Amino acid sequence: MRSVLGDRRALAILLGPALLVYTLVMLVPMGWSLGYTFFKGNVIEGFTFDGFGNFEKLWHDPQAHSALWFTFKYGVVVSVGQVLCGYLLALLYVFVLRRSSALIRTLVFFPVILPTVAVALMFQKLFAVAPQNGLANTALESLGIHHGDWFASGGGSFLVLVVMDVWRSMGFYGVLIFAGLLDIPEETLESARMDGATGWRLIRHVVLPLSWPVVLASAVFSINGTLKVFDSVLALTNGGPGSDTTPLTLYMFRTAFSYGDYGYGSTIASLLTVVCLGVSLIIFRFSRRDLTKG
Amino acid sequence: MTDTLTAPPRKPFTRPPTAALPKSRHARRLVRDALVALLVVIEVAPLLWLLLSSFKTQSEFVNDPAWSLPKSWGLHNYAEAWSTGHVGLYIRNSLLATVPSLALIILLGVAAGFALEVMVWRGRHKVLLAFLLGIMVPSQMILLPLFRIYFQTGLSGTLAPLIITYTAAGLPLTVFMMATYFRSIPREVFEAATLDGASILRAFWKIAFPMVRNAVFTVGLVQFFFIWNDLLISLTFTTDDDLRTIQVGLLNFTGQYGETAYGPLFAAISINVIGALVLYLLINQRIIKGLTAGAVKG
Repeated sequence: MRSVLGDRRALAILLGPALLVYTLVMLVPMGWSLGYTFFKGNVIEGFTFDGFGNFEKLWHDPQAHSALWFTFKYGVVVSVGQVLCGYLLALLYVFVLRRSSALIRTLVFFPVILPTVAVALMFQKLFAVAPQNGLANTALESLGIHHGDWFASGGGSFLVLVVMDVWRSMGFYGVLIFAGLLDIPEETLESARMDGATGWRLIRHVVLPLSWPVVLASAVFSINGTLKVFDSVLALTNGGPGSDTTPLTLYMFRTAFSYGDYGYGSTIASLLTVVCLGVSLIIFRFSRRDLTKG
Repeated sequence: MTDTLTAPPRKPFTRPPTAALPKSRHARRLVRDALVALLVVIEVAPLLWLLLSSFKTQSEFVNDPAWSLPKSWGLHNYAEAWSTGHVGLYIRNSLLATVPSLALIILLGVAAGFALEVMVWRGRHKVLLAFLLGIMVPSQMILLPLFRIYFQTGLSGTLAPLIITYTAAGLPLTVFMMATYFRSIPREVFEAATLDGASILRAFWKIAFPMVRNAVFTVGLVQFFFIWNDLLISLTFTTDDDLRTIQVGLLNFTGQYGETAYGPLFAAISINVIGALVLYLLINQRIIKGLTAGAVKG
């Protein structure tokens, strides 16, 4: 039987095609991109060896610094927003709505499946000032708050970006954490209530610690996505005004395809890769330490 | 993801045993209703406004306030978005790129997940780790070499670059999820099959694949939305305007008429949202059906 489950020919047929496609289209290009970091030029002009020139450029490039800073800022703010709103939604589903939460869950989940470009264009119009005041400004003005063009300043653009990305993905994290909260045994909650823990104290001292693993899992999932943000930014602000909302992903895209600098583009992509792997590693270690503590 | 969305709560929480006074219970219900109402407004208002605006004429956009109702309900904007705005063509392109990619991802990914989890051989953990790398590393890392290859092999100018790239980019997550699903099936099932004389390929095709049918559906759904909603890969590899997918087309929609044709733009966005809504309603029913039929939980 061992020989059947380890049949070489069957292994080649089952795993071979996937591994081949993955290697040729993902792994080889990854290595290839790393190789590009030592070159200047592009496909049309040809490549010239440049040693560590691209890394030196990266070190001194203020635009790269601001793109890196924006990537971090966006990643942290949006991830916290997504997980926090998701948690609040999950609490609402489990403790307030209880059995009647299915409809609301379905409704809040809907934006998750919408194309990002469509959502971004919609938010662009919601927060627009021309040709008409969008719904957001109209609503704010009825409350007596007057805000000009949101997209005229970096801060305003960032705020709309955060609101949009939390709006469209909080339903996903709501359902994810909701599933986690359901795993808390009813008896545990019951005995905590007997001991007088209700409301905020029940959540703070019983529910939150018990659901910590799912919160961490959500955070890993969220930060892994937000550090790679591209669609939302490109479609909503196009990186502007100026380059105030340009993350590394967009800066890389511009460098490579608008300015035709493959080498420097690959260097930026490599920096992004290091950031993504580094952050994942930190969260993994952090979560492991926390698990041994609890 | 989609399972938990519609699955009924397994352990419904009962009310706290404290006998609440009627007055505070009334207040609680008021707070609950207010929360729900707020949530519904936050979710529905933007979409409803989008839909209403898609019926407005140019002069209504310029002269009327945002919250006004459209004066007529003609489908003029939709017709214009579909033909002049090429939304119909872009949706066709998206379908032509998505369907083959999805079929390939499922076929290759499920087989690989099976080989990595059920079959016994040396080095499978290393291969699994290599696939994990594909989940973490950003797509920006593969764009430039691929662009060069597609350009030099003459594949640019067709939809093939999209199909190839989507397939490869979708494999890591699919392989990982399928390996996890196969882990939940007792190994004895496959051992019994091989004892009965079935080859491993037969065991895969006749036993394993049908057993994870629901999981395949879930994974396929996740991948469908990844591919359909993708912008980065399609933007990079569609050099020809006639090959634009719906996302790239939508992104460039404003440019086509200059910045002024608001009605058709809102209609184009609405077509996307309505399409997603129809699909969403279908999926929910399908999953509820699958759950009530008592199928294998994926």
